[in-house]
Amino acid sequence: MSFRKFGLGLAVATLLAGTALPALAQDSVYVPLFTYRTGPFAGSGTPIADGMHDYLRMLNERDGGIGGVKLVLEECETGYDTKKGVECYESVKGKNPVIVNPWSTGITLPLIPRASVDKIPILSMAYGLSASARGDIFPWVFNPPATYWDGMSMIVKYIGEKEGGLEKLKGKKIGFLHLDAAFGKEPIPLLQEMAKDIGFEVALYPVAAQDMQNQSSQWLSVRRDRPDYMIMWGWGSMNGAAVKEAVRSGYPMDKFYSIWWPGEDDARAGGAGAKGFKMLNWHAVGANFPAIQDIQKHVVDKGLSKAPKDKVGELLYNRGIYNSLLIAEGIATAQKITGKKVVTGEDVRRGMENIKLDPARLKALGLEGFTDQLVLSCSDHNGHRAAFMQEWDGTKWVKISNPIEPMTDRVRGQLEAAAKDYAEKNAGWPKRTEACDKAS
Amino acid sequence: MDILYKILIEPFVFMGEAPDLLIQTLWEGLVSGVLYALIALGFVLIFKASGVFNFAQGIMVVFAALTLVGLYEKGVPAFLALILAAVTMLVLAVLVERIVLRPLVNQPDIILFMATFGLTYFLIGFGELIFGGNPKEMITDALFLPQGTTELDMLGGRVRLQHLDIAAAVIASIMIGLLAVFFSKTRIGRALRAVADSHKAALSVGISLNQIWVIVWFAAGIVALVAGIMWGARSGVSFSLQIIALKALPVLILGGFTSIPGAIIGGLIIGVGEKIGEFYWGPLVGGGVETWLAYVIALIFLLYRPQGLFGEKIIERI
Repeated sequence: MSFRKFGLGLAVATLLAGTALPALAQDSVYVPLFTYRTGPFAGSGTPIADGMHDYLRMLNERDGGIGGVKLVLEECETGYDTKKGVECYESVKGKNPVIVNPWSTGITLPLIPRASVDKIPILSMAYGLSASARGDIFPWVFNPPATYWDGMSMIVKYIGEKEGGLEKLKGKKIGFLHLDAAFGKEPIPLLQEMAKDIGFEVALYPVAAQDMQNQSSQWLSVRRDRPDYMIMWGWGSMNGAAVKEAVRSGYPMDKFYSIWWPGEDDARAGGAGAKGFKMLNWHAVGANFPAIQDIQKHVVDKGLSKAPKDKVGELLYNRGIYNSLLIAEGIATAQKITGKKVVTGEDVRRGMENIKLDPARLKALGLEGFTDQLVLSCSDHNGHRAAFMQEWDGTKWVKISNPIEPMTDRVRGQLEAAAKDYAEKNAGWPKRTEACDKAS
Repeated sequence: MDILYKILIEPFVFMGEAPDLLIQTLWEGLVSGVLYALIALGFVLIFKASGVFNFAQGIMVVFAALTLVGLYEKGVPAFLALILAAVTMLVLAVLVERIVLRPLVNQPDIILFMATFGLTYFLIGFGELIFGGNPKEMITDALFLPQGTTELDMLGGRVRLQHLDIAAAVIASIMIGLLAVFFSKTRIGRALRAVADSHKAALSVGISLNQIWVIVWFAAGIVALVAGIMWGARSGVSFSLQIIALKALPVLILGGFTSIPGAIIGGLIIGVGEKIGEFYWGPLVGGGVETWLAYVIALIFLLYRPQGLFGEKIIERI
């Protein structure tokens, strides 16, 4: 091969490589988005990915980024597979990401020990390791606005109130239908502890990933055990199939509760019989907010989004927006604290610890009334915010409760013990050396 | 002693105490079994004709169902969409024969098996590209698939029969019957059996291997379409349906890779076995036995009858 041909080949290869990678200019920050638009969990993953992408893209299109700095967005497809997720992390960490959001409890767990080494903060928004809410032990991990344990305590509290008090749950049976994976098992210790304290019985119904769409056995068992209430911790196609099976088996839908992950499509799967199905949520559904209108104008209408227009404002799309709102606030706060425009992962970690999303800030962001306020700190990386219960009315979600505060007295002890236990079991777990900012 | 009582006595006591739940469990098992049998049938057809274990059968179920729903969502009337989905499976069969099978003729079986692996991942990627990864609802009303439930008071309790499940059992049975007649009574069916016995002998009497392969892949595609409609109507159409197709593996081990009646009987045994196992013995180990019980049943059969219940016992002279 002549030098000329070799040189030409090299030039073409360089050009191709250059176009394949997002441009990392001096005045930009790199924000990888771990997403899954393929595989069995794509039903949940796709709208979330759309919401996450579109909010940040809107900031780029409307404001030129954050604080005058463009956001370089790059999606990495994990397929909700832990191995692929870790591969994604390894492939992006060399590009100096300012934050990583794994979007899977299974992926989050192996990344937790790497975060402090690589100086990349991890945002596992309302999922992941509940104990990582403790900022003094997990300075690089953030899981606002509530942990899975908070969520479980809120559902039990709500059910208790319906019965006339927590003590009235004594002698009742609560069924727990969960994905047989790290995510689904996360709240079991708390549920069993509460069962012991309050005196109710727990029946566990694990659903293996390969049987997500074949749940007739679980629902036969539900019929056998006759639980007074059912609580679901499902993801992907498991949620829709569970709603369908519950309707098929004649389980009273007004006694069927879920953590905050089912979307409209999951509830619709049950048809008219799904009416009464309930789930926790902490943000609005709908597109009637200035920031979401801006997404429509600057991103969706210009064909820069992968989301169908009618999906903008649906529950999981808005969940993606909330996730990106936290990323954007982490970056903006980091810029404010450090005085730098181009911030690093270390700066964004500090930014996350100083997030103060109060009503005034939400209004300024065009999201007034979208969600409750959130304040994070050096020691509290979660916020343990209240959520509300919403009910499927056959066509849409309807808010049916006031904010339900988590049962902090029950959760805190468990959480602290679990955090301590994690640090002890992982020999050499580093003591926090990162200084706390005065404000946090 | 307590554990022995829980394993050996308690489940049977419970069966006697709540016979309605036993009937319900048997019914759910039979319905699942019929659907497993339908998927297994697709594997059997291709294995009989070409000796290839078609790993892509599961994704063919998803692909066929997504084509039907995708066309319907684009405004194509339901029955026209059904015909077009069948045509798509025919096109797929022709392409597979031309692009995958023909160039690999006379290659070892493992090469052809690996080729179906490749086909699986191609169809996953292609399907996601065309239809997206979101789960979809199967068309039911427009295809006149019945909805609703019949509740029967029996044995001191209540048994719920979903109309859709009854339809699935009837349609799958008709489908299986038609295929059995087609392959035993028609000229093409006899040609298929000749090909299954010996490619060389079949070629020597003028049977076109290529034509037979297209026919069986198309037949497997139609079976996949029916399986996709039925599973999809029960629990939605998504790419996770292809994982259910792996349940056909123990069915095949049990029934034999070359037997249509074997696929049916194997499907029913696995379907009923796993539901009974999960319902009565699952709680002893915290549930979730359904995931592996089918494979244990198949393994036990494999130890005593490696060719399966109806498979041909092949004795080779060394």
